Amino acid sequence: MTRNTPFEEDRPVAQLRRAVKRYGAVTALAGIDFAVRPGEVVALLGPNGAGKTTAVQLLLGLVRPSEGEARLFGADPRSPEARTRSGAMLQISKVPETLKVREHIHLVSSYYPRPLPMSEVIAAAGLGGIEERLFGKLSGGQKQRVLFALALCGDPDLLFLDEPTVGLDVEARRSFWTVIGEKARQGRSVLLTTHYLEEADALADRIVMIGRGRVIAEGTPAEIKARVVGRKVRCHTALPLAEVAALPGVRGARRDGELTELFAAEAERAVFELLSRDPSLSALEVRGADLEEAFLTLTQDHESEEAAA
Amino acid sequence: MIAETQNRNLWRIYALEAKYEILKQLRLPAYLVPTLAFPLVFYVMFGVALNHGAKGPFDFPTYLLATYGAFGVMNVALFGFGAGVAIERGQGWMLFKRASPMPPFAYFAAKLATVFILSLVMVGSLFLVGATAGGVRLAPGTWVSLAGVLVAGSVVFAAFGLAVGSWAGPNSAIAVLNLISLPSAFGSGLWIPIQMLPGVVKKIALFLPPYHYSQLALRTLGLDRGEPVAGHLAFLAVFAAICLGLAWIGFRRDEGRTFG
Repeated sequence: MTRNTPFEEDRPVAQLRRAVKRYGAVTALAGIDFAVRPGEVVALLGPNGAGKTTAVQLLLGLVRPSEGEARLFGADPRSPEARTRSGAMLQISKVPETLKVREHIHLVSSYYPRPLPMSEVIAAAGLGGIEERLFGKLSGGQKQRVLFALALCGDPDLLFLDEPTVGLDVEARRSFWTVIGEKARQGRSVLLTTHYLEEADALADRIVMIGRGRVIAEGTPAEIKARVVGRKVRCHTALPLAEVAALPGVRGARRDGELTELFAAEAERAVFELLSRDPSLSALEVRGADLEEAFLTLTQDHESEEAAA
Repeated sequence: MIAETQNRNLWRIYALEAKYEILKQLRLPAYLVPTLAFPLVFYVMFGVALNHGAKGPFDFPTYLLATYGAFGVMNVALFGFGAGVAIERGQGWMLFKRASPMPPFAYFAAKLATVFILSLVMVGSLFLVGATAGGVRLAPGTWVSLAGVLVAGSVVFAAFGLAVGSWAGPNSAIAVLNLISLPSAFGSGLWIPIQMLPGVVKKIALFLPPYHYSQLALRTLGLDRGEPVAGHLAFLAVFAAICLGLAWIGFRRDEGRTFG
């Protein structure tokens, strides 16, 4: 980008260093490290309550870390220098409803030294034809697009998008992805939080998976998918749990009442091993593991690795 | 980078923030009509209609002009500031504003400017009714000083509104404000002159901010109870300072609560 000097080229635009955030007895972030580099689209992927929103709020200077550090453009996130270079779309239940779309954009644009022209914002966020409508009269999808426009209108170098498509139907979500993708291609950095693997996959250059306030995996969408996408096998077996868990390709296993449940990258291999070791096996069931379950196994992996280290 | 930040025109931000705050509230008739209309209706009922022929110890239309003016300004400030802050805080809009590069004071300055303007509208329409239907005659300088005291007092109640807004939830703020504003307005003699209230209420009134405020307004008409001005001012200043302190603690507390 033209406004970055070569010296700034590789400096992270946003960075958390060993950041811990406690709210009373609750630990929302338990020491987390990650960075967004210039021009990069990073997705923070994790189930609800993983700490994604807290991470974003630390980087926006909305909350202070209990330990560690949050930096935005190498500066304190609260400084006007950092804030005039970033724009945020947060999870907000309501925006003042008696202002028009155009008026909201006009006001927020005035906060920035070099805002985008109004017509460009309207076009980029797909708000053509509804600029003169009051915010309160818009549909859910239109409201999300206005919030996106407000994040975008200052022409920021870094966009924060906190769960941008929650509550949207599939079609609205896909059209939203197109818009975000275009912005990313124009060289802006984006930090996105989501609990949809599909969304992270569609948009991000890099995925940082977090669970229980920690980074549990990091990599390209392809790398993450290879680790996350798996199958869940349930059956009734006499084999001890430890033996099941140690079978080739099995990532984790647990008892669910009478049944044994295991997660495997390749279900076929695991089922073959199970049947050859326990011919009396019954009630066999194989299905796709959802993201929530995949997280569970990855989190367990992560914790046992940590305990071993 | 620093030069870029300074490229922003701060005056323009403050002006736009205020413009849109006023517009936002003007388009909310559900809020605006009661806050502006109630004091007028009360004034017409008690100050004008009930007064005909019954000349008591007071010149009612003149006296009540000051106290209903105080009541009206107090409501504009409490609801315009307090309810607005509570709602925008509770629904996350304030979070967005804080994350944006908006100068933090612009938000509050805009709300205060709106309170001033709506207070002027309130006082202006009350004076109009007073001068016509109420037959109130005052020297030009007296109109101006009464209006000045009334509008200036809105700062105190804006501070109180801010304190309530920084603690109350978006759904409970209006109820809380009503529970505080209505009894204290009555007990301070804003509806019925303080001299006509029972002795206990007169004693309690000394601890109520609207009482001190209305006495300052009545003084411009020479209708106050003759207590020293410095006492009223000191009470209101301390009260406002406590409110600002509570608001500050309330906003700090918010920081420790939002998570997900």
